[in-house]
Amino acid sequence: MTALNNDIQAHNRRATMLGSFVSNVAVRRFIWQALAALALFGSVFWLAANLHHNLAARNIASGFGFLTREAGLPIAEHLIAYTPADSYFRALLVGTLNTLSVAFWSIILATILGTAIGVARTSKNWLLAKLSSIYVDLFRDVPLLLQLFLWYTILQKLPPVRQALNPVAGVFLSNRGLSFPVVDWQAAHGWTLLAFVLCLLATTLYAKRASRKQLEEGRAKSFWPVAIILLVIIPLVVGFSLGASTNLDMPQPKGFNIRGGVTVSPEFFALLVGLVIYNAAFIAEIVRSGLESVGRGQHEAARALGLHPKNILTWIVFPQALRVIVPPLTSQYLNVTKGSSLAVAIGYQDIVSVATTSMNQTGQSIELVGVIMGVYLTISLSISLLMNIYNARVALVER
Amino acid sequence: MTALVEHIVNPTLIEARERPELIGGGFFAWAREKLFYSWLSSLTTLVLLAAMAKVGISLFQWAFLDAVWSVPAGPQGPITDSCRALGSGACWAVIREKYRFILFGTYPFEQHWRPAIVIALFVGLFVVSAMKRFWRIELAALWGLMLLLIGLLMWGGIFGLTFVSQANWGGLALTLIIATIGVAIAFPLSVLVALGRRSDLPFIKWLCVAYVEVIRGVPLITLLFMASVMFPLLMPEGVNLDKLVRAQIAIILFFAAYLAEVVRGGLQALPKGQYEAAYVLGLSYWQTSRRIVLPQALRTVIPPLVNNFIGFFKDTSLVLIIGLYDLLHSAQVAVAEPAWQGFGVETYIFAGLIYFAFCFAMSRYSQWLEFGLNMLRHR
Repeated sequence: MTALNNDIQAHNRRATMLGSFVSNVAVRRFIWQALAALALFGSVFWLAANLHHNLAARNIASGFGFLTREAGLPIAEHLIAYTPADSYFRALLVGTLNTLSVAFWSIILATILGTAIGVARTSKNWLLAKLSSIYVDLFRDVPLLLQLFLWYTILQKLPPVRQALNPVAGVFLSNRGLSFPVVDWQAAHGWTLLAFVLCLLATTLYAKRASRKQLEEGRAKSFWPVAIILLVIIPLVVGFSLGASTNLDMPQPKGFNIRGGVTVSPEFFALLVGLVIYNAAFIAEIVRSGLESVGRGQHEAARALGLHPKNILTWIVFPQALRVIVPPLTSQYLNVTKGSSLAVAIGYQDIVSVATTSMNQTGQSIELVGVIMGVYLTISLSISLLMNIYNARVALVER
Repeated sequence: MTALVEHIVNPTLIEARERPELIGGGFFAWAREKLFYSWLSSLTTLVLLAAMAKVGISLFQWAFLDAVWSVPAGPQGPITDSCRALGSGACWAVIREKYRFILFGTYPFEQHWRPAIVIALFVGLFVVSAMKRFWRIELAALWGLMLLLIGLLMWGGIFGLTFVSQANWGGLALTLIIATIGVAIAFPLSVLVALGRRSDLPFIKWLCVAYVEVIRGVPLITLLFMASVMFPLLMPEGVNLDKLVRAQIAIILFFAAYLAEVVRGGLQALPKGQYEAAYVLGLSYWQTSRRIVLPQALRTVIPPLVNNFIGFFKDTSLVLIIGLYDLLHSAQVAVAEPAWQGFGVETYIFAGLIYFAFCFAMSRYSQWLEFGLNMLRHR
């Protein structure tokens, strides 16, 4: 026993005496990280030195001073007031808002269409399920950019304003884009909207209380009469009493243009259609896998407890499916936003398009690529944050 | 008595006997059960059938009945009046005229057999790589050899092949090259990044997290712009890489960030006991990674890897924005000359079918793999 101990001690002594410095774990950790840091900072320094030299050789002043200069850059679609005489900063802001607007509408519409198709894929109706799965296979396996070109080409082949397609009264589809009626906006409409939002809040509170009551007392409280009063009747009463006009601003084809209503450009429309159709295919798969992740036993147990079929869906299946759906849905929303950057290829003026035009005009490519990356990183992080909050609410609460 | 024994010996028999028979059987019973089982489902079926008939007939008319399959040649190129006549359908003549341009881009016309062989080699390489029985170390050698051969065929310059600059590469051949080289280099890189992200060295971990999150947070387009606009500014004077190489670097960096997340998923799914057992056996970090961790982790992530490859294959179409002539760009440029202007829909459909064929094959393959893995797990 002592002999063995002595042996080990001798071995240890030898190891330290040899001073195997590099086999010491702490030292090795330090060396690896120092090497990585050296490589990183060395290459950054090298690139920065090259950049400095090249910019000086090309007479390009670096920095963001150009942002306050006049852009002289026409932007057809702008959500805030804009003229080419405005600054580059405002032009980039308009581009960012255009990106946000197309991403926002695409996310909402793709979610609706995708959910519908995802549910249809699980349908018992063979034809419906088959057609939905063909939709998914067809649109998921062709590049988004190709689909955008296809939709844009088709929209350009539409007849001119004089022979505009008129599928529903008041809606015109021509090579100038899609026109549809809107209400004449008045203050009274604002109040009506406010009343509707407040009533929506009240309805959700009521629904929560009602389901809690049902869990306690076992008796269902009537929901729809209250919801209709809150969501339909009260806003209507507010609107009428304040005299909100129900006149619609109808689009009218006049000569080569369409007057009145709201017209979205073919570029925006093609981008929206492309993003919605492409991403709906992915969302449909996410929804389907979520629904299928809820085991058969859950349905059977709920039926055995005597729950009504519609309650099985809202109380048993959806809450469990959402846990599976929300994380991949988040990354799909991020993909929609990033996919909107393809706008530059069909001429919709989003942030990428405005920034690249500015790049050609000013030569400030480093700063402007930085701006694009900053905008997308901010949007991506915001969406992740929002969806993580939502995910925390639907996630399984573990003991 | 024999019947009883029979059931014990052969349990499938009892199932077959007790399964209720379909009433009537055949198509009508099937339709009744699957299409018309309630008034709502009957209504859905009828509405869908009507919509299918309406859309299907007009599509069929456009694509086949009214289609123009060829146009006469004139002294100044093809005469496309018949395609532009009122009521004419798809102009497939444009595909007949331009399919070689769409497939091979501006590669010298009489040398088209070279990119054609390259495409065939790529397809063969994919098929061989997809077969489980070839999953061993020799496959990596085969890949190296094939890529060498493909480079040789595309560039030429020796063995009597005329030299063709990569500026003239294009079409499907270029799309396959960008996608395959991208994945072949990005994959090993992504394994290193994934290991780095799970490393307990704080600086390395931080570096990998920053790389993955920044690349995944921005669109591929920004990386391609960086490669085309910023890269020349970041290099010392006189050094300038070819546009294709720059785009390829951007694509590799992009792919690697996404693959790293997939690989990390596989690493996380590995039970801790595997690491502990390796530690107890006295294996070093690299020995543990190479012999214990990666073989198990990578096997579980093959289906999501293939799903990512599908995305990458489609994403390569973005190189057209910085002016490379990939499959999509060739399809776009094919209708640029005045005679063929306005027939973009036809060339896009043609290119779309090619993209679809590759992606659909990959997605079915990944489903099949996943099915196999699930069977393995449930056993």
